Amino acid sequence: MFAGAAEARDRIQIVGSSTVFPFATAVAERFGQKTEFDTPVVESTGSGGGMKLFCAGVGENTPDVTNASRRIKSSEFEKCVANGVTPVEVKVGFDGIVIGNAKAGPEIDVTRQQLFQALARQVLVDGKLVDNPNQKWSDIDPSLPDVKIEVLGPPPTSGTRDAFAELALEGGAKKFPILKELRGLKAGDPRIAEIAKEIGIPEAALSKDGKALKGKKIFGAIAHAVREDGAYIEAGENDNLIVQKLEANPNAFGIFGFSFLDQNADKIQGAQVGGVAPEFDSIADGDYPVSRSLFFYVKKEHVGVIPGIEGYVAEFTKEGTWGDEGYLTDKGLIPLPAADRKKGAEEANGLVPLSL
Amino acid sequence: MTDMANQAAPATHASGANFQSDAARRHLARRYARERRFRLLGMSAVLVAVLFLAMLLSTVVFQGIPAFTSYSLSLTVNVPKSEVDPEGTGDPAVLRRGDYELYLKQAMAEALPFKIGRKDRRLRNGLISSGAGLSVRDALIADPSLMDRPNAYSVPLSDFADLYFKGLVTDREMVAVQGTLSPTVDGKDAELLSTSSSDFAAILDEVKDHLAGRANGLRQKARLSQLSEKALEADLADYRRRLADADAETRETLEGRIERADKDLAAVKARIANHLAEADKLDQKAADVSESLELDTTLPSYLIRINDGVVRLNQVSAAGVKGEVLIPLSSDEDAAAVNWTMERLVKPESNRKLSDKEIVWLDHLKSQNLVSYGFNTTFFSAGASREPELAGIWGAIVGSFLTMVVTLLLAFPLGVAAAIYLEEFAPKNRWTQLIEVNINNLAAVPSIVFGLLGLAVFLNVFHLPRSAPIVGGMVLALMTLPTIIIAARAALKAVPPSIREAALGIGASRIQTVFHHVLPLAMPGILTGTIIGMAQALGETAPLLMIGMVAFIVDIPAGPLDPATVLPVQIFMWADFPEIAFQQKTAAAIMILLGFLILMNALAVVLRKRFERRW
Repeated sequence: MFAGAAEARDRIQIVGSSTVFPFATAVAERFGQKTEFDTPVVESTGSGGGMKLFCAGVGENTPDVTNASRRIKSSEFEKCVANGVTPVEVKVGFDGIVIGNAKAGPEIDVTRQQLFQALARQVLVDGKLVDNPNQKWSDIDPSLPDVKIEVLGPPPTSGTRDAFAELALEGGAKKFPILKELRGLKAGDPRIAEIAKEIGIPEAALSKDGKALKGKKIFGAIAHAVREDGAYIEAGENDNLIVQKLEANPNAFGIFGFSFLDQNADKIQGAQVGGVAPEFDSIADGDYPVSRSLFFYVKKEHVGVIPGIEGYVAEFTKEGTWGDEGYLTDKGLIPLPAADRKKGAEEANGLVPLSL
Repeated sequence: MTDMANQAAPATHASGANFQSDAARRHLARRYARERRFRLLGMSAVLVAVLFLAMLLSTVVFQGIPAFTSYSLSLTVNVPKSEVDPEGTGDPAVLRRGDYELYLKQAMAEALPFKIGRKDRRLRNGLISSGAGLSVRDALIADPSLMDRPNAYSVPLSDFADLYFKGLVTDREMVAVQGTLSPTVDGKDAELLSTSSSDFAAILDEVKDHLAGRANGLRQKARLSQLSEKALEADLADYRRRLADADAETRETLEGRIERADKDLAAVKARIANHLAEADKLDQKAADVSESLELDTTLPSYLIRINDGVVRLNQVSAAGVKGEVLIPLSSDEDAAAVNWTMERLVKPESNRKLSDKEIVWLDHLKSQNLVSYGFNTTFFSAGASREPELAGIWGAIVGSFLTMVVTLLLAFPLGVAAAIYLEEFAPKNRWTQLIEVNINNLAAVPSIVFGLLGLAVFLNVFHLPRSAPIVGGMVLALMTLPTIIIAARAALKAVPPSIREAALGIGASRIQTVFHHVLPLAMPGILTGTIIGMAQALGETAPLLMIGMVAFIVDIPAGPLDPATVLPVQIFMWADFPEIAFQQKTAAAIMILLGFLILMNALAVVLRKRFERRW
């Protein structure tokens, strides 16, 4: 039963982000079809969960590749290095995060500042931080529809939620000069206490374990706190479910990845953010403000031990895969600019180790 | 006496209670009413449950049915031996490496021999599945003699082409026509004039309504922006008022605010003017009779079939229409009303993933009898795939089977042995009581906990392979063990003591008594409990998440050590994919899983009915 516990693995193991999952699986499948290697096994564990497994060490019972919808954190990188893992970073492309609603609902054009005012737990009213008073979109700006704020979005465990908080909510919070100032302050700066007094941040939020926090950390805590009074509804990780719920409720908005808008263009429309519609070209050009980069990381120590890793990386970084007309665009990936792809492919296939 | 008889004597009970008084009758009536209400409530509860079940099942079945059939295309492909198998060995390994896309593209160009640009070529080649090359490759591996000659291969169509033929992309309707149509073709553009003015009047009205709607939308936006304008103006006035009597510091902040508000106001004003101007332009367009109006992609599409060609309309005026030639006309002779048709595709082109061009090409392929419809064998023979038309349930069925076999082999003997020992042989002391309480508690532990246990013990300590059915089976065996033990003990308890006494009385040992007499009589109950436990295990996903069985696995597992996934996990994953066609696959997979569960439960019922003894 337990004899010969771990037999030599001859199949690539991939873990990580659920956002990159649809692309990694498509590449894995083609790789398995075209080569004599077994098709890699791809698990969707979330970016953080993938990193944890990936950085656990070197050996057959650890994964060879992890996908991430954000860059590796320095804490994760340190853990990797401590466990003898050398990650090779490959930037894959972009994904737009869409604020969408049913076609029967109102077409809106929001700014990131308005999104922050609609969804943050605390907002600035007359220069003071108070619990979010906005019940309707029109409370924020009269040009927005006169309907209750109802936004269906992913739970805190999701990378999509992280990215939305970072790009949309932080981007919106930065539009308030006082919060922007707070963000730029170093730990222990007396101005932090002044600002806290002025806008009403409690003492307890300014330090952690007796250490004064950086202004950026305090700002992040304000920007990332999403309201919990029912205006933001956690609808789970399944974007299809969010799309279906939007159909049933034309006044609700949802937050999901671009590929779901792309596939459901008959039922769902994407809101313009800052006057830019979420479209393939606007995301690729970087005009659409709520878009993020996607990555995968390869364990250099496993190359040559687990068969096929170089082939998988080569398949992923081919023009026919991640190029402007590659098959990943059919799956909803927004490609990198051509020059970045060329450089990225060279570095990936040369297995250049990542240095932070 | 008579009047005595007329007065109904109140019936008195032996105990002297009166049942004929008004109060008693009212009480009785109330009691009967309560009973009726209770019965009614019970009935309606059952009815509601049945209704919900019927709703659930009918939506699943309705959505899943299309997945059981598929459309495929018969393509004549000529694969040159010199390119894919220069040695002429017919060795599968060599043939696997061949690039068949190229020959498929040539075949598609022959099947749709129309001059088109580079971008459209990509569309055309996308009508067949990206896995079409695989089906050609597999056919050649099976029979290498097919090389170097044109041969008709059956290849899967893309997911949207398949959905289109199933009628799930757009509704379509024929529009009645009356006039004689005279076409003038100039390269890609065609002008079509009809002798009957009523032929295109309806389209013209539709476009005008659409323009009016768009103009209204823009005016609505302008109205909303005017509200922002008012709010901003009020703010500005307020700031300016406060500026008069402000100290230096406030003055500075106020000036900053005024500057920002001024900028915002200018932007809002520009936006309003822009919207209104555009709305006026649209209204003008709609009112102008002489101008021909554009049919853009947000309106339903119109296709005219005339002289063996197809034209997609993009301009409409009272006299006639202009359009793009999608399939060339054989001549530009006039066509009488019976010789040309006009079709309306209800869903606008911008709202579907399949363009008018692709639809026209697909219709053309169908008219050439190249498209065939049949049972979807791929669905029952393939593993997972990112292409809906190539995805199958077989990998998950095999994975489920292997996992269940491991579960049964572990849980059944262990569970039954434990039950026999505890019920028939174990002394009744504190230890056995403790074990009993623990077993009963284990039955109520959430299944994810067993998954965590599996991760910690089987993967991290014993280093068994990740994602393998053997680990999944072990985890599920742990999960079903308490269920089996409890059911088996109940079945053993139900065997009358007289059986045991009779066996012992004729000289059987205790072991013989249990194994020759008690166990056979308890077996139907034990089996029923086991099957119920197994059915529960078959539907589990949570414990498998931790040990890596919730994964994308293409290859069909050959044994319990290969990576595999199971039916409920496959459903869970397909439900998460963005492609529309996966919704049908999800429903079909649910039907198959439900089928297995019903089969297992039916087996349990049959076993109980056949072998049960009533004492």
